[in-house]
Amino acid sequence: MKPSDLLTPTPAGLYCPPADIYIDPVRPVARALITHGHSDHARAGHGAVLATRETLAIMALRYGEAFTSSQQAAAPGETVRIGAVDVRFVPAGHVLGSAQVVVEHKGLRIVVSGDYKRERDPTCAPFEPITCDVFITEATFGLPVFRHPPAHAETAKLLDSVRLFPERTHIVGAYSLGKAQRLMALIREAGYERPIYIHGAVEKITEFYRVEGIPLGEIRKVEPGERKAEGRKAFAGEIVICPPSAIQDLWSRRFPDPVTAFASGWMRVRARARQKGVELPLIISDHADWDDLQATIREVGAGEIWITHGEAEALAHWCGTVGLKGTPLHLVGYGDEGEAEPDAKPAEEASA
Amino acid sequence: MNRFAWLLDRLAYEPRRNGKLALIADYLRTTPDPDRGYALAAMTGGLVFQNAKPGLIRALIAERTDPVLFALSYDYVGDLSETVALMWPAANANPSPSWGGAGVGGERPGERSSGGAPPTSLSSPQGGGEAPLSVSVASGHNRAPLTLPDVVAGLQKSGKTEMPRLIASWLDALDETGRWALLKLITGSLRIGVSARLAKTAAASLGGIAPDEVEQVWHGLEPPYTALFAWLEGSGARPEATDPAPFRPVMLSHAIEDGDFDKLDAGEFAAEWKWDGIRVQAVAGTRPDGSRVVRLYSRTGEEIGGAFPDLTEALTQDGALDGELLVMRDGVVQSFNTLQQRLNRKQVTPKMLAEFPAHIRAYDLLAEGDDDLRAHPYTERRDRLEAFLGRLDSARFDLSPCIPFASWEELTEARADPASAGAGADAEAVEGCMLKRLDSPYLPGRPKGYWYKWKRDARLVDCVLMYAQRGHGKRSSFYSDYTFGVWRVGEEGADELVPVGKAYFGFTDEELIEIDRYVRKNTLNRFGPVREVTHTASSGLVFEVAFEGLQRSTRHKSGIAMRFPRISRIRWDKPPGEADRIEALEALLPAGG
Repeated sequence: MKPSDLLTPTPAGLYCPPADIYIDPVRPVARALITHGHSDHARAGHGAVLATRETLAIMALRYGEAFTSSQQAAAPGETVRIGAVDVRFVPAGHVLGSAQVVVEHKGLRIVVSGDYKRERDPTCAPFEPITCDVFITEATFGLPVFRHPPAHAETAKLLDSVRLFPERTHIVGAYSLGKAQRLMALIREAGYERPIYIHGAVEKITEFYRVEGIPLGEIRKVEPGERKAEGRKAFAGEIVICPPSAIQDLWSRRFPDPVTAFASGWMRVRARARQKGVELPLIISDHADWDDLQATIREVGAGEIWITHGEAEALAHWCGTVGLKGTPLHLVGYGDEGEAEPDAKPAEEASA
Repeated sequence: MNRFAWLLDRLAYEPRRNGKLALIADYLRTTPDPDRGYALAAMTGGLVFQNAKPGLIRALIAERTDPVLFALSYDYVGDLSETVALMWPAANANPSPSWGGAGVGGERPGERSSGGAPPTSLSSPQGGGEAPLSVSVASGHNRAPLTLPDVVAGLQKSGKTEMPRLIASWLDALDETGRWALLKLITGSLRIGVSARLAKTAAASLGGIAPDEVEQVWHGLEPPYTALFAWLEGSGARPEATDPAPFRPVMLSHAIEDGDFDKLDAGEFAAEWKWDGIRVQAVAGTRPDGSRVVRLYSRTGEEIGGAFPDLTEALTQDGALDGELLVMRDGVVQSFNTLQQRLNRKQVTPKMLAEFPAHIRAYDLLAEGDDDLRAHPYTERRDRLEAFLGRLDSARFDLSPCIPFASWEELTEARADPASAGAGADAEAVEGCMLKRLDSPYLPGRPKGYWYKWKRDARLVDCVLMYAQRGHGKRSSFYSDYTFGVWRVGEEGADELVPVGKAYFGFTDEELIEIDRYVRKNTLNRFGPVREVTHTASSGLVFEVAFEGLQRSTRHKSGIAMRFPRISRIRWDKPPGEADRIEALEALLPAGG
């Protein structure tokens, strides 16, 4: 059987004909497998959803309990048979609950990795490489200029700055699902014990992480009244985490002489940081960098690499130089949240 | 090198002018000589390295990376230094059969050590100069005690053959920020939003003096400016302005507005034609040993004399002239397009000198011999100018005539018909009038109330290129549709550009290629086929846009719609900060329209 008989790109997303399922569809479909909770991968309105327990919970938090007609939790590593196809969810290391989907049929194995990273993340299970025939990867940071430094070093940069400017508030933009909580955990690992303040848009997901047993220390929501007049001074020297779109809002300017920081892989490129008016760029990413994309591709041993989104041409070119077949799929609709697009606005921010 | 890299890095991320000033001043205050002097030289364009050029950097990276991946990366990042700094392979990585970095045999994903990582660029610099690369987090890369003076000396003294290896060894030893700073130093264009003027202003603050005082001694100084810092810090005497032909910051005018004439007295002003050329300053002086120095400066103080030997040879009297650079043939001023063919040339051929004879039409005299005339009133400077030009007696220099007028009505008539009001055959090169108060001293910058420009009715406005879009058909691979803007006061009180129109013709194919190259090199962001181009007060491209009329529009952010806009000239010479303001356009709106 040809790989394209098992999985094929369609306008609605990757489709598996023998099982009649879509993976991370961008349009409402009858049956969907969802890799993780970011809004460009997890959308509301499908007939049935199969995803990890955490991803289902995140979708319910974001879209309400009625986000799908029926749902089923996939246990990590456990094989589910759909039609004649074996399906397995395996940790992807991207955010809490994120998974790769392993699709197997008649001896052909394709891994849909979703979004993933290889760097250690205290808030989610690490990526598990699965040997396969076809590896479907993202390429958000698929250029050799993207090499993420260790996240703990970037966290130290933030804490150094906090020590250097004790009279200023550090406003850190971070995507509200995953990055914000990872940053909190990193800050705690670095020994910072003061309360970390958050924007209202980050609250629900953070609370979910806490309930899931991830230690984040004392997290306090910034109450609207607190930022006025006498309340302001209280934020001098504190760290406030907010969605990326809020760092340029009036919201952030109400804090005393704020230092604007942004935690994202895009911060590797100076022009990106400057455009956003970021003074303290923190190169912390939940996506694989150039080296890790390559290392992962080599590790899973696939002869064929399909590239869903990001810098697909560059990664496909590299595949060619090492004797692998790299094919850009040009899937449309991904990169609407998280780091896949530099100017992304997570869905829930609109109401926050 | 670390401290210098740290400074450049911080400056690149500091959006506020005052923030930049504070960073530079703090660096200069806490960094010893000669390091700080070389840093100041880097920021003021005072370092030139004969054998270290961007081409060498391209060659070095080409040896080390896949050309396709480099091209994609460069296109993405849009800055050569930064692309190379980011792509430069780690020196301690295992040799990999593939391009670009560690293979599987190297570090295991998820277990990378901090050794191969860039250091924290925001950790504060160590006090007291160039501590041997010291930042807290990483220790792997920055192992060489590379100092800025070492680097400058190496770049200045090394020969062509040894240079590539020297630079490569430094790039191997530095971290990403260090590599970036080194490459910025070599390529010469820092592009961190710091002008020479800003750096000098920061230096002046060390001594609590006005930036112009630094300007006055500046051209007598050489990097690393030890005498300058000694003077600023009170431990040395004011450096002699030993340069006999220094640049003096130019005086600029305000655009006149309709209501202004009611408030201004015609009897207190002189009027001159505004010539359609390039503003220059021609300065000549004599050293104590009797040798002469002649320099030609652009309006921003850049030396351009090398391309105009016909002018520098002809300036045989010592003094400083302010005037318009023109091309004259048979006593008639040629169009700006003709002049442009003499501009931006590094070398001029005898043929070019003969075909495009350069000329300066002088309108002010800032110094005569050792005598600084800038504090004297316009009328007196004008008399001295006339006498100076008489003594000079060169066909390369003449006086920009005054327009006789007794009332604003008379001046209006003259402006409407320059040919019969004294400009004669040169009327084609007149782009309006200049009004100068008879008692005005020559002040640097754009002081209020002294000089006004009153452009002709052709409706020309200087705009800044903001976005460029790929064209179609034969222009499909070129960025040929331009959205441009003018300045206005933004919501935060700071100046910002607001788009006022879009044009896609008015330039030649050769100019299109140049603009396209500019767009690609100065891209901030991409939106499909559209690129956002750098547009700050100090860096960006100015277009003189011609248009037929203006209307109010609710569809445009600026509230203004232009009729038939086209690019009338490309002002490579003009800093974006000097482009027009929205008020200049609003003044042209039909009343109540």
